[in-house]
Amino acid sequence: MRKSSKGAILLALIPFVAICFTVSLWDRVYPMVLGLPFNFFWLIAWLLLTPVCMWGAYRLEAPRASGSHREDGGTP
Amino acid sequence: MDLEQWIVGDRGFGMLLVWLLTAGEIYTTFTFLGASGWAYSKGGPVLYILAYQPLMNVVAFFILPQVWEVGRKYRLQTQADFFQVRYRSKYLAAFVALVGVIFIIPYLQLQLAGLGMIVEVASYGAIHRTPAMVISFLIVAAFVLTSGIRGVAWVSVLKDLLLLFSAVFVGVAIPYIYFGGIGPMFAALVRAKPSHLVMPGATTNLGHSWYISTVVLVSAGFYMWPQFFGASFSAKSSDTLRRNAVVMPFYSITMPLMFFVGLAATLILPGLPNGDLSMLTMVRKTFPSWFLGLIGGAGALTAMVPAGVMILTAATLFAKNMCRPILWPGMTDQQVAKLAKTTVLVITVAALCSAIYSSTTLVSLLLVGYGGVGQFFPGVALGLYSKRVTMPAVFAGIVTGVFVFVPLILTKHDPIMGLNAGFIALCCNAAVVAAVNLLTPAECSGFDEHPYESTGV
Repeated sequence: MRKSSKGAILLALIPFVAICFTVSLWDRVYPMVLGLPFNFFWLIAWLLLTPVCMWGAYRLEAPRASGSHREDGGTP
Repeated sequence: MDLEQWIVGDRGFGMLLVWLLTAGEIYTTFTFLGASGWAYSKGGPVLYILAYQPLMNVVAFFILPQVWEVGRKYRLQTQADFFQVRYRSKYLAAFVALVGVIFIIPYLQLQLAGLGMIVEVASYGAIHRTPAMVISFLIVAAFVLTSGIRGVAWVSVLKDLLLLFSAVFVGVAIPYIYFGGIGPMFAALVRAKPSHLVMPGATTNLGHSWYISTVVLVSAGFYMWPQFFGASFSAKSSDTLRRNAVVMPFYSITMPLMFFVGLAATLILPGLPNGDLSMLTMVRKTFPSWFLGLIGGAGALTAMVPAGVMILTAATLFAKNMCRPILWPGMTDQQVAKLAKTTVLVITVAALCSAIYSSTTLVSLLLVGYGGVGQFFPGVALGLYSKRVTMPAVFAGIVTGVFVFVPLILTKHDPIMGLNAGFIALCCNAAVVAAVNLLTPAECSGFDEHPYESTGV
């Protein structure tokens, strides 16, 4: 199976670090942002930021994927 | 319709439909009742749910497109088929099917329990939980038997629209009605009990290490559910799946609203014995009864549609990957389909009995399921990316994982040493895979071979 590009993997690690591994840094009430406790705000923000990272990963991955074989029904 | 059509449709589902179908299945009673339930009873730890929504899609990005590709090449229909072709062992496939069926039952049970709650609260106690569950699931079973996966898709669309409307409306309206807004609601919560909003919240054992281990387990394990794994085979292309993985986190934006309702309830309805009832009870208290009925309807669909898919998946796994290969190799596809249909009722009854006799939070039930299906992850990921991993290693790994997890759960040792029990089991699993792999000779990967003409699966 074709390996993913390093860039894609790195981009994918960003949400994992931000959302999962650094919890002790952001799991707190203050500072409150937009009326939300900081931890709620942080995770909601990452609901929106993760697609940004993964879109970057997509841009790196998709050309490599379609280059290696043809797929039927390519139109979305 | 033939077996393949019944299970995966025509492999022609476009991106929108796959998104709706997948998202529709993801939003189950868990989202609707369980999330607010945990926000009410546990507080901060509920945030793990918000964490795994994006991360499971990060994992999916690297797993599902490849699963689709081998699915198409080898005409795979179920998750167990994947294991059979990759590792060339019908016994491993049967075991995977068995574990899948067993651990689908708590997930199914969750839907049933949720449905029972909805009917009970929405009818102001007039219809008792148990009859409601029985009737609803007979309807689901009948629905599944006649239409298979395509039938489920259209009802899913209806369900999604209803659920979305309900969630947004309730999640915004309740904070406004009682507190004047989401900000003021949190201000009031912070004044009353700030520790509820962080981990470990109202618990003593669900802290940061639990959070990290649970988020990792669930992110890796989500698409290891047989029904979600299997749904990937219906996509139009691997690119569809890649793009879905990118955008799916947006769909979770309504999730925080469910938390808000549960949190509001901690101040408005303190002392509820069952936190999972908090959302429904708040709605009943706040809105006219017709609205409660509407919410109840959305909730019921939210329980029934995914339940339909789960039952379908489990029945197929049982008939096709356990019974036929091991017991009756001569079964035709028509006979497999027939057996699957019979099994539908058996599985439903099993889940129904569990629902009637057990009482635990909806979220906890689901976490039990994850501890089981999460054990498939090494076999899938390594199966896709490594030629060196062998069948005995993967088999031993899954067996280890399951036999570490089940005793921990039965003796109520979840979490253990501050970590999620399923995660611990997964670590043992991975270690065993590595160790056994060193001891076993290299094999050919089933994915390097030409596909057989007859469905060897």
